[in-house]
Amino acid sequence: MTIAAAAMDRGTSSFGVYNVKLGMWVFLLSEVMFFTGLIGTYIILRFANPEQFARPGEVLNVPLTAANTFFLICSSVTMVKAYAEIERGNQQGLKRYLVATALIGMLFVGIQGVEYWKLAHEGFVPVAALYKAVGRHAAEAGEAGAVGAAVLGGPLYGTTFYTMTGFHGAHVTIGVLCLWFTVYQAYRGRYSAQNVAGVEAMGLYWHFVDLVWIILFTIVYLI
Amino acid sequence: MNDFWRLPPNVSTYGGEIDSMFHLIAWITIVVFFLVEILIVVFLFRYRGRPGRTAKYTHGNSRMEILWTTATALIVLFIGVISRGLWLEIKDPRHFPQPGLELIVTAKQFEWNVTYPGADNQLGTADDFVRRNQLHVPVDVPVRITLQSEDVIHSFYLPQLRLKQDAVPGMHIPAWFEATLPGEYTVGCAELCGLGHYRMKGALTVHSAADWQQWYTQEQQRTAAARATGAPLAASDGAAADDGAAGATVLAAAAHSH
Amino acid sequence: MSTVATAHETAAHTHEEIPFLRKYIFSTDHKVIGIQFLFMSLFFLLVGGLLAMAMRWQLAFPANPNAGFEGRPLPGGGLLPETMVAGGVMLPEFYNALVTMHGTIMVFFAIMPLLIGVWANYLIPLQIGAPDMAFPRLNMASFWMAMPAGMMMLASFAVVGGAANAGWTAYAPLSVMPEYSGVHLGQQLWELSLVILGFSSLMGAVNYITTIVNMRAPGMTWFRLPLSTWALFITSILLLLAIPVLAGGLIMQFFDQTIGTGFFKPDDGGQPLLWQHLFWFFGHPEVYILILPAMGFVSDILANGARKPVFGYAAMVWAIVGIGFIGWIVWGHHMFMSGMNPMLGGFFMVTTLMIAVPSAIKTFNWLGTIWGGNIRFHTPFLHAISFVALFVIGGLSGVFVASAPVDIPLHDTYFVVAHIHYVLVGGSLFGIFGAITFWFPKMFGRMMNEPLGKIHWALTFVFFNLTFFPMHMLGSGGMMRRLYDPTQYPHIAQYQDTNIFITYSALLLFASQFIFMFNFFWSLFRGRKASENPWEANSLEWTAPSPPPHGNWGDRKLKVYRGPYEYSAPGASADYLLQTDPAQGVPAPASH
Repeated sequence: MTIAAAAMDRGTSSFGVYNVKLGMWVFLLSEVMFFTGLIGTYIILRFANPEQFARPGEVLNVPLTAANTFFLICSSVTMVKAYAEIERGNQQGLKRYLVATALIGMLFVGIQGVEYWKLAHEGFVPVAALYKAVGRHAAEAGEAGAVGAAVLGGPLYGTTFYTMTGFHGAHVTIGVLCLWFTVYQAYRGRYSAQNVAGVEAMGLYWHFVDLVWIILFTIVYLI
Repeated sequence: MNDFWRLPPNVSTYGGEIDSMFHLIAWITIVVFFLVEILIVVFLFRYRGRPGRTAKYTHGNSRMEILWTTATALIVLFIGVISRGLWLEIKDPRHFPQPGLELIVTAKQFEWNVTYPGADNQLGTADDFVRRNQLHVPVDVPVRITLQSEDVIHSFYLPQLRLKQDAVPGMHIPAWFEATLPGEYTVGCAELCGLGHYRMKGALTVHSAADWQQWYTQEQQRTAAARATGAPLAASDGAAADDGAAGATVLAAAAHSH
Repeated sequence: MSTVATAHETAAHTHEEIPFLRKYIFSTDHKVIGIQFLFMSLFFLLVGGLLAMAMRWQLAFPANPNAGFEGRPLPGGGLLPETMVAGGVMLPEFYNALVTMHGTIMVFFAIMPLLIGVWANYLIPLQIGAPDMAFPRLNMASFWMAMPAGMMMLASFAVVGGAANAGWTAYAPLSVMPEYSGVHLGQQLWELSLVILGFSSLMGAVNYITTIVNMRAPGMTWFRLPLSTWALFITSILLLLAIPVLAGGLIMQFFDQTIGTGFFKPDDGGQPLLWQHLFWFFGHPEVYILILPAMGFVSDILANGARKPVFGYAAMVWAIVGIGFIGWIVWGHHMFMSGMNPMLGGFFMVTTLMIAVPSAIKTFNWLGTIWGGNIRFHTPFLHAISFVALFVIGGLSGVFVASAPVDIPLHDTYFVVAHIHYVLVGGSLFGIFGAITFWFPKMFGRMMNEPLGKIHWALTFVFFNLTFFPMHMLGSGGMMRRLYDPTQYPHIAQYQDTNIFITYSALLLFASQFIFMFNFFWSLFRGRKASENPWEANSLEWTAPSPPPHGNWGDRKLKVYRGPYEYSAPGASADYLLQTDPAQGVPAPASH
């Protein structure tokens, strides 16, 4: 290996953390700021217009999303297992757990998508002029119940909900794509007990996305 | 000094204090300016490279560093301390003086609509009237204004009274001033608000006590007469359109509900 | 990652066989990418300057016959469509678009890339002793995101409704409601362009931080880093944390514009002030992003010109860190008049005044650096010392507006315009000229022409001051910003002569830049060949060939023995001492 190549892989490091891992940590710091901007906006708008936000469970489906949250947490567990497997040099285990993580990720996004579809049909939309959320129970009561039902909350509710969860969903989707790429790399034999960088960085991103969801779920669905 | 800085002649009570602070900061910064620039020129000359010379090999001087850091910190601390009281006096509604006149100023693209309280001196009643781009106030009376906007952010700017306050849609923002000299002054917009921003000009007229009564009574009468006949006030009057009692009441009610 | 290592191994051994496209267009070499950013941003600097010239023409010669101002047709106005210039007279909407795009292009596509895209890329690996960046392909992606973002911004002039016209600050609701601004697609392109550029900068920041933390050569401790690298490091951290907040705000603005959300629309419960908080929370660190790298360059260049160590290196480092840190809690000083709670005004006033202290420390330390020197007045030195002289003025004018009550008459007037241009042009741009003239020989292997460089500097210095100093007085005289026709107000019209004077000075300032352009391009091909270390400097980049090859030092192992400012060290054989020179018998001071 040339000096140049060696230097790039294992530079003199202040934290003893190699490039890809340090780079991912630094990138995740910027993601923290991004979600802070979105969540901060939500908090400000909610405090200023509490009447525009409904009580938990009135509009949003808390039980289904709670299950979804559980699935996402499970995917973090499988991700941890994937990393543990490759640290031990177990290629089969790595592939298995990576695939599991990706599949659960897709399940999460799928359920979210279905949720969005149902919410939109109940009038819960991000567009201010079109917002007329009647809530789950009015919608469940059937057509007659829905007509003439009171609108719950206001446009800001839809706007902030879709913006925050939508960008989170986008991050999960990108994460799923990266996971499949990591699977592909695993099948090509790119990783070993000596070369875990890509898997570790993938894991860091995935855990971050999970953590953001736990915060979002609490703030948006439970409070 | 006013001439160098071209400060418009000040005709407001707190304007004088703002100007004093401005001049104080100007003197402090001018001294620092000359100190630094003269040192630069002197050093460039004195320490120009010449054959046979060597530069002084030094990495610094902690004592000097502490000295000029402390001096700077003390100066800026001083400026902050003296500024705070004046800031609250001008901008904090809890510090406003008792107003002798209350008005609503509604900004919209591209004009200033001033709502006067009418004969009963109460905003939000049927005798309120509105004048476009004409702000009339009596001299030596604290005037309280509630600023609002119908469309975008504008900024209510009275250069000769050292008053500036943004008018933000969705907000009702209080401001106050007290004029000290009768005359004609400028109302301008100090926040980009669209293609007509440059011509969002109004006139501020400060009346002597007697003139004020005369003007105010006359305007009430003109308004009442126009409403009785249903004819709009002619714009060529200079006093411009009256939005009508209903409009004025809505605006006033909104202002008082914040 | 081993894939990267293999690619570079191959590249190093088959350098001559790299096709043109991979070597110069889609290169992953930090030096090539830095030079790509250089050409891109010099282009945008020119565009931004042209926009300003059009603005200045309108300001000097508005058509207002009622007030006795006949106006003059805009030169070249006939080339522009009727929606911009009709019958030789510029339309107010177009003026507002010029104001907006001048600010936007200068900040995001000229100054930012000139400071960071160019110099973080070019200098960091060379100054720390690394063969390239931590993530070379990410680096390439960063440039290839910035370029389309710039094209998108330019293209917005051509769409129906014209370019964004709500100011570079894009205050809502004007920026989110086409019925008030008259602009639809233009504002949306503006938002998207900046989101893409933000992503580019973010990728860059991740690269710069990782590289500086992880890839320093043996012996290159933190307190032996040149101040250019320190400044770029702190700037990268600011970028990393500030850009995402802007991105969030821009996305919200985009949604308000396109799908009809109401983040900033009061009728839907949104808040205009929310945009201001999001924008300025980014915007204030942004202005430190726009000055800190230049401060770093100035320290390196002044020490070199004066043949002396930087005065108070450690204090300089802590001042950079301090400015970076305090810069996060001053944003409200842009909002003193906004209607936010006056108590917040008091808080932000205090923090803003505090930030004057580290800036003052740096200024006095620069004075200390040239004191006792043996000064060589090369062109980079002239630019660097001009930075100090002019940045001081910008900083001092900032003290006026930092005081909240004094900000009342000065906010949104030409006083602020003077302030920002003294720091951005007098400061950043002079710093950039210093950097370009200093590192040009390293970049291109040729010297720039010194006499031409000095003439360019002198003319720029004079015309810059003639253009922008009078703006202080226009501002304290009550001339508001973003005024299509200042003669509408009698209290401003009386000073119209000043506006005309400023316009002529600005035109001359703009014209003077062609001397630089000529010098730059001529020297690329015909400049005198440069040695490895033409300025007799100390830092690591001057131990590599001019220009350095791919990988910078080949197989040579670097070791650092001392700090970067050991000029005129007693016992040394010359008045400079390379960081890599072991020079036994010459004392190396404890921490620097």
